Amino acid sequence: MSDPHEGHHETHAAPFPHGTKQDYVTGFILAAILTAIPFFLVMSGIFSSERLTAFLVLICAVAQIIVHMVYFLHMSPKAEGGWTLISLVFTIIVLVIAVVGTVWVMYHMDANMMPGMMTEPPAN
Amino acid sequence: MSTPIITEPTDPRVFHPEEEPHHPEGHSTPLGFWIYLMSDCLIFATLFGTFAVLGHRYGGGPGPKELFDLWLIALNTAMLLFSSITYGFAMLAMHRGDQKEVMKWLGITAGFGLAFLAIELYEFNHLIHIGAGPGRSAFLSAFFTLVGTHGLHVTFGLIWMAALVLQVRKHGLTSANQRRLECLSMFWHFLDVIWIGVFTFVYLMGMI
Repeated sequence: MSDPHEGHHETHAAPFPHGTKQDYVTGFILAAILTAIPFFLVMSGIFSSERLTAFLVLICAVAQIIVHMVYFLHMSPKAEGGWTLISLVFTIIVLVIAVVGTVWVMYHMDANMMPGMMTEPPAN
Repeated sequence: MSTPIITEPTDPRVFHPEEEPHHPEGHSTPLGFWIYLMSDCLIFATLFGTFAVLGHRYGGGPGPKELFDLWLIALNTAMLLFSSITYGFAMLAMHRGDQKEVMKWLGITAGFGLAFLAIELYEFNHLIHIGAGPGRSAFLSAFFTLVGTHGLHVTFGLIWMAALVLQVRKHGLTSANQRRLECLSMFWHFLDVIWIGVFTFVYLMGMI
């Protein structure tokens, strides 16, 4: 029976996931392209539709966040036995509830409490 | 009154391992630091939510189109993106064990980080100077809080980086220092991810 301490005496860094030079360069090029596109779209005003521009800008942002997560933060379903991914998913759920909930509630508050909505003057 | 519970050494019922399994020091740091980053992410989520609600309340003051210069923001974004890849090069050098190279890339990263902060402070100073300070309107309060919090994170990242440069210079690339550099790496890349949200929702969406 071997000593359980054996093999741990050598000093080695904590098992952080890490990438290769290839990863960083690929991530950088993708991120640069995904930054350039939305800035170009907004600064040139190439599309007259504001809605379309906003939608494309949003798509680029989501894509760039994923690029950063994969190539710079080295996210993968296997990292830490999947716990980093689970905590990320949990955070995104809480984040969506907080942000979408806030915007939704405040939008309706706003829409229903504007002075123009008070059709009936308060009775004396 | 109470009777001490005596556990016989021969008691076959074992409620815990006699010896904790040995874990190398810092084995739980990556997950722990990741969870810290997720909590930080929620702070930014609330600030983004606040900005989403207040971002159109100009109070008769100037709006994004009168205030923001997208060329400046593009330059700022480039600084942060460059600092991300140069930090990546520092990590690659660290895995090779090349201390000199690590110091070089950390220095370059800090340079880009400082340039980012300088541009942001210039922008804030300019806004306050033309009377568009955080007190002007709800939009500007939310703007300064969100962007300022990100800027503070970058500031603390730079202080952390300076501390690690001194540590590495003094003790070399020990396993503890490598772990610290890995944590700062996650922190730094995470700030870049938050900045994507800032330039998209605050600057680009405001200018459309």
